[in-house]
Amino acid sequence: MSKHLIYGLLLSIMMVIAPHADHLPVWVSTLCVGLLAWRGYLAYSDNPLPTRWFLTLVTLAGVAGITISFRTMFGREVGVTLLILLASLKLMELHKPRDAMVLIYLSCFIIITNFFYSQSIPTALYLLATLMVIVTTWVHLQAQNLELKPRLRIATVLLLQAIPLMLILFVLFPRVQGPLWGLPQDAYSSSGLDEKMSPGSLSRLSLSEEVAFRVSYGDKVPLRSQMYWRGPVLWEFDGRTWTPGNLLSRDTPVFSKLGQPIEYTVTLEPHNKNWLFALDVPEKLSEPSLITYDFRILHREPVRARLRYSARSSLAFRANVQEADRQLKRALQIPKLFNPLSRKLAAKWRAESTDSAAVVRTALAYFNREKFVYTLEPPLLGTNGIDDFMFTTRQGFCEHYASAFVFMMRAAGIPARVVTGYLGGEFNEIGNYHIVRQSDAHAWAEVWLEGQGWVRIDPTGSIAPDRVERGLSAALPDNAALPFMARNPPQWLRNLRLNWDTLNNQWNQWVLGYDNELQFAFLTRMGMESVTWQKIALNMMAGIALVIALFALFMLRHLLKHRPDRVQAAWLKICQKIGRAGLPRAIHEGAQDYASRIAAARPELADDLSYLASRYITLRYGKTNDKQALREFLQRSASFKA
Amino acid sequence: MLAFVLVLMLLGNINYNLSLGYVLTFLLTMMAVMSMLHAFRNLAHLEIRAGRAEPVFCGETAQFMLHFNNPSNLPRYQICMAQTSKSFWNNSNTPIQFNAPAHQDSEIAFPLPATRRGWLQTGRLTLYTEFPLGLFYAWSYLQFDMRCLVYPKPMSDASLPVGESPDGAGKRSITGDEDFSGLRQYIAGDALPRIDWKAYARERGLQVKQFATPVGDELWLDYSDTPDRTEEDKLARMARWILDAEIQGLRYGLRLPNGELPSNSGIAHREECLRRIALFNLPTTTFPAGDGFVKDNP
Repeated sequence: MSKHLIYGLLLSIMMVIAPHADHLPVWVSTLCVGLLAWRGYLAYSDNPLPTRWFLTLVTLAGVAGITISFRTMFGREVGVTLLILLASLKLMELHKPRDAMVLIYLSCFIIITNFFYSQSIPTALYLLATLMVIVTTWVHLQAQNLELKPRLRIATVLLLQAIPLMLILFVLFPRVQGPLWGLPQDAYSSSGLDEKMSPGSLSRLSLSEEVAFRVSYGDKVPLRSQMYWRGPVLWEFDGRTWTPGNLLSRDTPVFSKLGQPIEYTVTLEPHNKNWLFALDVPEKLSEPSLITYDFRILHREPVRARLRYSARSSLAFRANVQEADRQLKRALQIPKLFNPLSRKLAAKWRAESTDSAAVVRTALAYFNREKFVYTLEPPLLGTNGIDDFMFTTRQGFCEHYASAFVFMMRAAGIPARVVTGYLGGEFNEIGNYHIVRQSDAHAWAEVWLEGQGWVRIDPTGSIAPDRVERGLSAALPDNAALPFMARNPPQWLRNLRLNWDTLNNQWNQWVLGYDNELQFAFLTRMGMESVTWQKIALNMMAGIALVIALFALFMLRHLLKHRPDRVQAAWLKICQKIGRAGLPRAIHEGAQDYASRIAAARPELADDLSYLASRYITLRYGKTNDKQALREFLQRSASFKA
Repeated sequence: MLAFVLVLMLLGNINYNLSLGYVLTFLLTMMAVMSMLHAFRNLAHLEIRAGRAEPVFCGETAQFMLHFNNPSNLPRYQICMAQTSKSFWNNSNTPIQFNAPAHQDSEIAFPLPATRRGWLQTGRLTLYTEFPLGLFYAWSYLQFDMRCLVYPKPMSDASLPVGESPDGAGKRSITGDEDFSGLRQYIAGDALPRIDWKAYARERGLQVKQFATPVGDELWLDYSDTPDRTEEDKLARMARWILDAEIQGLRYGLRLPNGELPSNSGIAHREECLRRIALFNLPTTTFPAGDGFVKDNP
């Protein structure tokens, strides 16, 4: 096998496994890099390949190592890692062309495994380039003495011709809703809001620029201070961490709306959790789901693929005015032994106030009046976390304020709970939608007031009103450790980012989100009536056949173009003219014979015809390529009259 | 095998709902399909003419020349040619591979070992290509009346017979092995012991020792003079005689049971003599004796 072919295979394997580097165990990456480098050196120095028993040993050691690192032999991650290791090892036993073929197929397969981790536009472009390298190497395998340039050319032609055909297949290939077999638990990573909240959990999240979901509003866009996206509701507090406690209950949510509802569509990024996000409080959702007693929306299964749903919410409402007693009791639980100072303060507020609403006002005024600081890097809190925060450190992020506020309310005998979710979002004026990022994660409080039901209170608003009205970057000091883009980047950079996000949004909706539902919707919009699978499949076949036929016509046009011999055509025409005049040429008669026969019968044609016949013979059978003679012959034959 | 990989990919895509996986799978599938057209086009519109094949001695390799004219703009790569084997699926004959550049006439030699004297025919040839991806096999059969004359392999060492001129002018021993007279260039079929290896070691090329032979007027190389038992050995000895006689500049004639060739000398005469013994006593149904024309024998 030629050196260059081996380099091509090395490059292919290297390119397909490179994106895996950041989630492979370090020792596997190192081993693979080592093997590739070694193979490259062996090819370069013309040294023999390692022996079979050595390779068997390394393979067994590798498989054992993977089993130990992952503590299992099954699952997607293990499969991908094994595949990569085996591809690197296969490079070490390249003996026959068949081995190289196996490597080509393996590298195509490893490309697919990259899509488990990312299907973004850059990934797609990178892997297209990789495919190009693989196909070029593939051609090289078939034609070992071919130069790089023609190889690249034929690979490019193949790829370019395959693209329109691929598009037809992509749009029309009947989509089956997966999964076909049980997905392993490691199939999806999760990021985003957790079910628990402890000091630091949200501030960590606000460093992430990842998109949580995108929203496009209908004709009415709510105020930023109304964009509270409800996530997990937390009831139980152990002194440090808030948890949801009892997730389901027979109690039903009841609410009455007080204003015009607004409509919007959410495209939720997969977060591997059950909940969906909606503005408080949702009336209607296009996705089948359940709304719990505390107004969370639960999907029937964890959101593992990008999910698009439309919803209608009313932003002014009264919720659960008649709350069940057991829920109110739950909303008053606090650990009895800790935070004595805070409890004393709460009792004092209670004693000084006439009703619950007054206690809430006092508490908000306290946060506002005292020197509380809104920061991403609060100091650590001790055993009596609420006391430390309320009286000593007084620095915190939204989770600190929500947690302290709810604690104080409960201590003052007012049912209260913590709500986590997202607040606000960035408006993308290019794509006309809002981007809600992980950095928009937020925590607030709800208190239950007699006659009013659950009322949203955002204590962060008392300390940093900018957070509610203008977003995180406005609320934090300039030197906060926020990601660069979360602060105020220059306008052109912002535009670039918004354009990029718009493109990604389109990509997500139309390319990555193309499933059988969207397929049917799209085809109906394209004018196909009563879409059925059979119809789609038939259209697909027809489309593919048509395009291939067009390609064939174009590629083989030299074959079809039967270039008539002009000299012969002219001569046949002359014969036809004489034939019409009554002296047809016999089928066996050569030009010379025919000319002399006609010359005898029609002496007036003799001169012309003998010239034409002799010219015909030299032009057609001779070796000359005399353009001048050809032109003369054609002219004279055209003007010939019998 | 590719189909298997593609189905596996498709199942993975459905299971994990990988849109880009679909894209890749469809791209690969369609590239495979398009490679069929490319394979066909790689052979299409090639003009092929059969050329000559120089006679060889038995045991050597005959080279059948074929002219591949590619009139199109498209260079053709990786064309293979082999004798058509009995089974379509299992072509065990080793092919030759070549390219046919655009707008060019390429001369390709198709080698075939000559194992028997007489006419060697290529039989039906298969011209095929698997370019560009090796997934599809485009082929075409070539049926040319191409044949190559195979002379009997000259016996390695056989001294010329004691000749008797037909006019009875005299008998002379012309064993021609005794007196060294000089060196000449090696030509195919020369006996190895006659090669001057010392000269070869001095890097003067392959030289053959020549031995003086008394110049006779005419020498008859007679089939019945050969001491060997089998026909093939007799002919091998005669081939050696013909070569030696020509080298020594003799006038020689050939006498075979089915006719004789009057004495003469020169390359053309030598070729004619070799041709006579090459075709001697071969079945006339396939090879009409003498005229050298082959009838197609369907």
